[in-house]
Amino acid sequence: MEFRYILAGQSLTLDTEKCIGCLMCCEVCPHNVFSFAEGKARIADRGRCMECGACARNCPVSALTVTSGVGCTAAVIGGLLKGGEPNCDCDCGTAKSKKVRCC
Amino acid sequence: MSFDLSNAVLRPLSNTKQQSIPVVSTKLSMRDIIDGWKVRWGFGRNRYLVKPGLYACGNPTASSMVLVSANYKLSFDALRKELSGIDAWILVLDTKGVNVWCAAGKGTFGTQEVIRQVKNVGLASLVSHRTLILPQLGAPGVAAHEVAKATGFRVVYGPVRAKDIPAFLKAGMKKTDAMRRVEFRLADRLAVVPVELVHAWPFAVGALLVSGLFWYLSGNLTPAAYFRYAALFLSPLLVGSIFFPCLLPLLPFKAFALKGCVLGSSWSLFAIGIFRLNGMEAASYFLLSTSLISFISMNFTGSSTFTNLTGVKWEVKVGLPIMITAALAGIVIIAVRLSMFLMKG
Repeated sequence: MEFRYILAGQSLTLDTEKCIGCLMCCEVCPHNVFSFAEGKARIADRGRCMECGACARNCPVSALTVTSGVGCTAAVIGGLLKGGEPNCDCDCGTAKSKKVRCC
Repeated sequence: MSFDLSNAVLRPLSNTKQQSIPVVSTKLSMRDIIDGWKVRWGFGRNRYLVKPGLYACGNPTASSMVLVSANYKLSFDALRKELSGIDAWILVLDTKGVNVWCAAGKGTFGTQEVIRQVKNVGLASLVSHRTLILPQLGAPGVAAHEVAKATGFRVVYGPVRAKDIPAFLKAGMKKTDAMRRVEFRLADRLAVVPVELVHAWPFAVGALLVSGLFWYLSGNLTPAAYFRYAALFLSPLLVGSIFFPCLLPLLPFKAFALKGCVLGSSWSLFAIGIFRLNGMEAASYFLLSTSLISFISMNFTGSSTFTNLTGVKWEVKVGLPIMITAALAGIVIIAVRLSMFLMKG
């Protein structure tokens, strides 16, 4: 079963010039977004990307960029109410708060 | 406040220089299972932080592998129960009691915390190799190349699911494609239902109040009549929290609010038929129930494994005003009905 979501992977960019073909992006992507051909990574299917940011974080030559964030309604509404960026800022696990939304 | 490890810890490890490393059991006790169930339902989950640091599994030596985990009880237990018959070290990061994937997104399961814990426990003098095995879902927070630069330890990303660890290790730390993929099967979706239900309680209070209003307006003030309305108004909560996760792949559209709108309007029409509502009652029920189910469905994005921030922002921006307007319209209809009732009386 493969799920698809709206506006998937729009912020994902890959600079093929910079890519050294280390395969880290293929290794960490949980949704099989990348393929590998002629010694370089390729964005094979953008529509599967959830912008988790694992690929960009683990790219040693910064060839990948993505605007990552939590795809979570509660966080987005929380951000709107507080006037800040969407943030999964639930203080989970601290003594201050018992909120468990994201966890 | 931390998770009572007395169930998990067998004995302190005595065959190394560091005397105080606790050895954890790979079997979950009945108590662990009950506690895990309580965590799922959100009861006192703050008491289930695992103390960060180093743990031993089996009889690890200097050449045994090091597995990194989060200090959330369910993460820690999911890992240790797969390690039966395996000698390994477990390095628990301080993620404030949050699971690996969420913590990686927040950056608490992150590069700096890995570096800090590796140094804190003196890992370099305890083991002879230079490899850390991290859960793949920790990757959004950890830059493998930066950990290597700062500690000398190479990061290997293991499988997404702990249950694949034995096969991953047997294959010489090689993953199959399936081990790399995040799924969202029925069982995964059902696992988050308890917390969805717990979060729906303010709506349940509202539903019981609205039921009271309808009951009062109906003029039939018997307990049976109240229960009928309570069932009517509580049902959208159950439909949104349980049916939606189950039916997720079958519902049309990609946006969760739209999927929820399809489910919500279908349910509302069905309930209107079953409970034989008509006129203003039916109209206000349809508006309230459909917008509520749509809202609960949209909230399920936070529990899903494939939604992105850009899309969720769009859903909230476009969907939320429509839901609020529909719900307000439903309330206005009840208010009009109430004032008509009071004027007549």
